[in-house]
Amino acid sequence: MAEDAVLNSAPAAGIEPVLESKGLSQGQIVRKRFLGHSGAIIGLVVFALIFLVAFTSVGYLGIPGWWKYNHEQVSSLVNDGAPTSSLWPLAWGEHPFGQDRIGRDLFAMTMRGAQQSITVMVVIGLIAGLIGVVVGAISGYFRGWSEAILMRLTDVIIIIPALLLAAVMAQMAGRRDSGSWFAAFASTNGVLALGIFLGLISWVSLARLMRGEFLSLREREFVDAARISGASNARIIFKHILPNAVGVLIVNVTLTMSAAILTETALSYLGVGVKAPDTSLGLLISQNQQAFATRPWLFWFPGLFIVLICLSINFIGDGLRDAFDPRQKKFNAKKARAGAASTAGTPPEKTAVSAFDGSKDS
Amino acid sequence: MVTYIVRRLMTAALILLGASFLVYLLTAASGDPLEEFRANNSPQKQALMDSRTQLLQLDVPAPVRYFKWLGGAAQCLIPFANSCDLGKNIAGQPVTDALGHALIQTLTLVTGATVLAILIGITLGIITALRQYSTLDYGVTFMAFLFFSLPIFWVAVLLKEFGAIGFNNFLRSPDVPLPVALGIGVGLGIVAAVASGGAPKRRLTVGGAVFAFVSAVLIYFSATEWFKTPGLGPVVIAIAGVGIAFAVTLLSAGLKNRKALQSALIAVGVGVILYFLVQPLLNEATFLMIVLLAIAAIAVGLGIGYVMGGYDRGQSMRAAAITSFLVGFLILLDRFMQAWPSYFNNSRVRGRPIATIGAGTPNIEGDFWVLGLDSFTHLILPTMALILISLASYTRFTRASMLEIMNMDYIRTARAKGVSERTVVMRHAFRNALIPIATIVAFDIGGLIGGAVITESVFSVRGMGFLFLDGISHIDPNPVMGVFVCVAITAMGFNLVADLAYSALDPRVRVKA
Repeated sequence: MAEDAVLNSAPAAGIEPVLESKGLSQGQIVRKRFLGHSGAIIGLVVFALIFLVAFTSVGYLGIPGWWKYNHEQVSSLVNDGAPTSSLWPLAWGEHPFGQDRIGRDLFAMTMRGAQQSITVMVVIGLIAGLIGVVVGAISGYFRGWSEAILMRLTDVIIIIPALLLAAVMAQMAGRRDSGSWFAAFASTNGVLALGIFLGLISWVSLARLMRGEFLSLREREFVDAARISGASNARIIFKHILPNAVGVLIVNVTLTMSAAILTETALSYLGVGVKAPDTSLGLLISQNQQAFATRPWLFWFPGLFIVLICLSINFIGDGLRDAFDPRQKKFNAKKARAGAASTAGTPPEKTAVSAFDGSKDS
Repeated sequence: MVTYIVRRLMTAALILLGASFLVYLLTAASGDPLEEFRANNSPQKQALMDSRTQLLQLDVPAPVRYFKWLGGAAQCLIPFANSCDLGKNIAGQPVTDALGHALIQTLTLVTGATVLAILIGITLGIITALRQYSTLDYGVTFMAFLFFSLPIFWVAVLLKEFGAIGFNNFLRSPDVPLPVALGIGVGLGIVAAVASGGAPKRRLTVGGAVFAFVSAVLIYFSATEWFKTPGLGPVVIAIAGVGIAFAVTLLSAGLKNRKALQSALIAVGVGVILYFLVQPLLNEATFLMIVLLAIAAIAVGLGIGYVMGGYDRGQSMRAAAITSFLVGFLILLDRFMQAWPSYFNNSRVRGRPIATIGAGTPNIEGDFWVLGLDSFTHLILPTMALILISLASYTRFTRASMLEIMNMDYIRTARAKGVSERTVVMRHAFRNALIPIATIVAFDIGGLIGGAVITESVFSVRGMGFLFLDGISHIDPNPVMGVFVCVAITAMGFNLVADLAYSALDPRVRVKA
């Protein structure tokens, strides 16, 4: 397979052939490559920090956190609400990110918003990944009428705008008096309902990708061999094909998740996502954009956290793509530059072409 | 081929029917259009409710209403009958009129942004692919990731604050203090030094030259109040034209092709002479005249190239035509700058030219140039926001595609037989790298008229996205359906075009008959 080709070909400048020659398993190779990707590691650390701080500071699911305010609590304005934190001397202060006009603590609100964004992201990733795999696997493996129906369903869902669906959901969730179980659930867990709903519509591109993977993998010899030795369809799908498609799946789930954060913030900004009194990063920006001239911090911090979360997820996704791509070798730019003088050739690098898919402003 | 296209169109029609049915039901189910009257205590409450019920036919169940709407929409398929009926919106206005208006607004907003984003993105992608693993490459890659992670509404608010309010304040008393001018010069110089690549000495020279040039220009601008009365003048046009001539020849024919270089330089000379001749004509300009002049400029360039001839007449013609088009653009730019003071002091603008909302100053009066400047100052901020967020995908995609092509065997063959690096990059690699890019460009053009819902709502442009959002918030199915059908038809049409273009450009890919 790919490793054999690598072993036989002479390594080009800067490429370390060590990993493949030690007889490591595929999982070990992927892990080593991922850990060698400095952008992805930085992204992972930043994301872990944000995750920890967001979920421990203001508490989650009724568990109290270590921060003294929560996102709804009003306290008296300190220094007219300006941020009290400073880099030099390094100090935290009473309200590190400042306060809004009526005295709510922005740090607590931003952390609550980050929680919401991360929750939505994880829920969307799980649901979209699950449905995408099931639909892609069924249509790619069994072909025939099930493929025809599922793929036409995908085509239909892909052209319905997410904004419309979110607006419908927001309306349904808003009708508390109608007493349906959905309205009751959505009014208590607004962000969870939003995540589930967005997950139910964002699986379509994943399903198409997984179908493509299954279509090509099911024609391979090892699947034929498994079938001849009497393996059932379920065994072939779960034991033989899925492990080979898992790289594409994980990478694209990550990219879906980073797009999901922007979708959630955009919907909240337009007023059909998370609604007051609960808060989210997009809602904070939407509420405070008029106050930019007087209280700019209300605008900077939520935006900064959206960018940080999204950027770290994108870098993690990039690292995962490089790690799972069998053609991608660990690359050391310094060695390449040193070697380029003697070999005078461009080091081969192959990157998966699907860098970003889908536009985020729709 | 024909069977393939017919089958694709049939499937697309069926998908469109199913999806439009769903969209109609969803919009109708999303709320109660009479809600605003229910809380109302006015005496005509019942009459208002009745009139709206009649207008939107609320007494008929939604699926039946959908088929009524479909009956009206089907008349749009009859050519030249002019009986298109997409229903009326909640205010009683026909949706077809609103759609036509919104379409123009959206296209003026999005077309420029998309074209610029594609051009800049592809250029950056190629440069980073050629300079793989350089500082420039890492910088651009990081910027691409950063731009890709930016929420557009956040960028838009920042642009409004600094691009509009801040810049307008600056224009009130446009002088650049010396430290600021030097600082900007140092910043751009560092960027140029990093971007230029090569040996440290070369980087230093490039960076120093850029620093000196930028600082000098800024100090000169500040001293002469250039920002109040901008203009290029024939001298700057001539100098910039010579630069353009060299750059265009370098890219399209190579500097060794002396005939091409001479043709391009002659085109610049003709352009500078024409600059004086067309000024009276430009005072009476209309849009049609500008288009005709642009065509004339290209024709003059082609003529110069043809007369110059040389061993490769085509290359000379191409170089001269591109150069004369760009010089013509400079002359146009200069004329717009001449109109700037009259726009700046217009009673409606009152010295705050860069607008934060809308697509034009209401009730502004003026000639072609003032109106052109007006739409320019309104479009610049949303265009910048859209370029920033869509730049990243083009850059990354082009880079990946270009890297893959540069490692192909035929590139090595071309190098081995002694083809110059310019020809390898521009003719062998770039053209093939464009094939996969052509498909995503087709997708994006298909998505163009959907507009940018968020951008339009932040900048209050009343385009397709605004119509859609407005329809949703008023629970008004007809405008939503109108926008949806337009967007879905173009998206699916360009999907098909993308597939066909791929198989036409890359003969290895064949469509299934």
